Amino acid sequence: MTETVALTSAGWLHPSLLLILGTLFIPLLRDRLQQVYRIALSVIFLWTVWQTVPGVHASFGFLGLDLVPGRADRLSLVFAYVFSLITVIGTIYSLHVKDNVQHMAAYVYAASAVGVVFAGDLVTLYVFWELMMLASVWLIWRRRTPESYAAGFRYLLVHAVSGVLLLAGIALYYSQTGSLAFNQIDMGGPAFYLILLGFMVNAAVPPLHAWLTDAYPEATVTGAIFLSALTTKTAVYVLLRGFPGTELLVWLGAIMALWGVVYAVLANDIRRLLAYHIISQVGYMVAGVGMGTAIALNGSAAHAFTHILYKAVLFMGAGAVIHMTGKSKLTELGGIYRYMPYTFLLYMIGAFSISAFPLFSGFVSKTMVVEAAAVDHRAWIWLMLSLASAGTFLHTGLKLPYFTFMGKDSGLRPKEAPWNMLLAMGIAAFFCVFIGVYPAWLYSFLPSPVDYDAYSLSHLFWELQLLLFTGLGFFLLIKHLGGEPKISLDTDWLYRRALPATTGWLRRTGGTAWNAILSLLLGGIHGVIHGLARHHGPQGVLARTWPTGSMVLWVAVILAGSLLIYYL
Amino acid sequence: MGAFLEYLVKRSRLLSVLMLTFMAALVVADVLIPTGYGRFPWDTIGGFGALYGFVSCVLIVVVSKALGYAWLYRSEDYYDKRTTADSEFSAKSLADEPSDNGTRGTS
Repeated sequence: MTETVALTSAGWLHPSLLLILGTLFIPLLRDRLQQVYRIALSVIFLWTVWQTVPGVHASFGFLGLDLVPGRADRLSLVFAYVFSLITVIGTIYSLHVKDNVQHMAAYVYAASAVGVVFAGDLVTLYVFWELMMLASVWLIWRRRTPESYAAGFRYLLVHAVSGVLLLAGIALYYSQTGSLAFNQIDMGGPAFYLILLGFMVNAAVPPLHAWLTDAYPEATVTGAIFLSALTTKTAVYVLLRGFPGTELLVWLGAIMALWGVVYAVLANDIRRLLAYHIISQVGYMVAGVGMGTAIALNGSAAHAFTHILYKAVLFMGAGAVIHMTGKSKLTELGGIYRYMPYTFLLYMIGAFSISAFPLFSGFVSKTMVVEAAAVDHRAWIWLMLSLASAGTFLHTGLKLPYFTFMGKDSGLRPKEAPWNMLLAMGIAAFFCVFIGVYPAWLYSFLPSPVDYDAYSLSHLFWELQLLLFTGLGFFLLIKHLGGEPKISLDTDWLYRRALPATTGWLRRTGGTAWNAILSLLLGGIHGVIHGLARHHGPQGVLARTWPTGSMVLWVAVILAGSLLIYYL
Repeated sequence: MGAFLEYLVKRSRLLSVLMLTFMAALVVADVLIPTGYGRFPWDTIGGFGALYGFVSCVLIVVVSKALGYAWLYRSEDYYDKRTTADSEFSAKSLADEPSDNGTRGTS
């Protein structure tokens, strides 16, 4: 039954395979040699991905299943490009870190993400999907704090549930259609919703999002760069492929965009604030998937591309601050722009990009999704997304940098971040500006041909007014906007407090009830035992010995009787 | 670079005046120059972006803070109160490994 027919086009090596095999040599190398090797490996990975042309490059039969681990088209390539780019940037950013487990986990994680986007069938997709989870959790655990240890386990549990949902959906889908090919899921019923739910957990769609803001702020400084780039964006990719035009996603996406904004107001930890803005930004992409028009799908893919780069700049900037000061809360930071000016300026490039200022990358991608809503005359969605846009600038562009780098002097006197961190931020920041100034480069590899001009007068007027007057609001309300030393409840409360409390309550009340039932039953059994003991016990009637003489008499009577009967 | 930024911060009053002038000019330009879009009723109202941006900002802050104070804010050790056994276990098992991607003290 194991017919293995390899149909691999000559000369194409699966980039994920290359990276995973290359990872095995990391523990053998040390110090400078290992740093050179890691950079070389990530650059070769980038090169193999960018060399990939559309087409089916690898497929084989295994146990009667048609597996296609190497399907590339324009949609998968956009994502593979940016995943490989961020792998190089993340490698440079983490060059100083001496932790083989983290490096290997990051590479296996990146390889799996590219494996997901090149997967042409659902089984391959599922395998890489789960590998992503297993590799990425180490980027959280290797922070080696009690908090990261616990957060990592919660991360693992949530993703295990999503994996089971996805697997159940795939099994149902296969049994109903007889096909494993991963294309648009165009059937209703449980299979559709199970697969969608599995994807939505990874896309961090509320209320299934809390794993992200719970775990990412606890990750290692360098691991957070990979985390912020890969998991949610592979989920956006699979949604783009499997569920374009699903109306539910339009509304969920718009709610997502605002959910992140509301919680970002309340956040005090700088990386938690940024994590909430991942949810907000992925909201635009999910809404774009839901609208399903060519411009909306292009917008989602473009926004995923720019988002990975500017979010990396922001997480790298916040990570550099944490690395150099040891503090991560707005209430403990402030006034450090004099000491970390380059970190501050590079961070601001990321902040202007996520806020969609003209000439920065977010402007050419985010306005595309918003424009898609305008083309479809979806007024409410358009207003919600614009509201979220204002909120993004308010927090990521104003609140976080103001209270971290400026504001009141916290007394911290950190040194500037190490050169490799600044270089990694610089490369990502370069792409943020480059794409903003020259969007045609990004538009040239979007899934469908692009007929869209971001720099129309209307867009410029609208965005500039929206953002600058949001800024005015910020400076008027600045007294109320500083961080507060508090945490906010989110849906993770359900499995961090409500469920443990419920099981505790069940155990206690259930225990009492069980004891009552047990004593009732035992009472009955004791009764039976006593009854038996009364008759059969040593003093019981039935335990008395019978005299043997009477036995002999009765035998004689029976014998005499039978003799009598014989003669009759 | 730090010195240059300090120079700018010292002149923040001048910079804010310049910025406010630019913002006023922007609104005036939006009122005067028609942009050609008419897909939503507000597309043709000059300066609507400015109004929407300002209102959005205030709305987001007020609604979020209200939600925070009324419902969502908790003390920072809210989740730690009941997981001490778990934390002790992990702290003990991790204690012998020094962190090398953790944090560095300020110098």
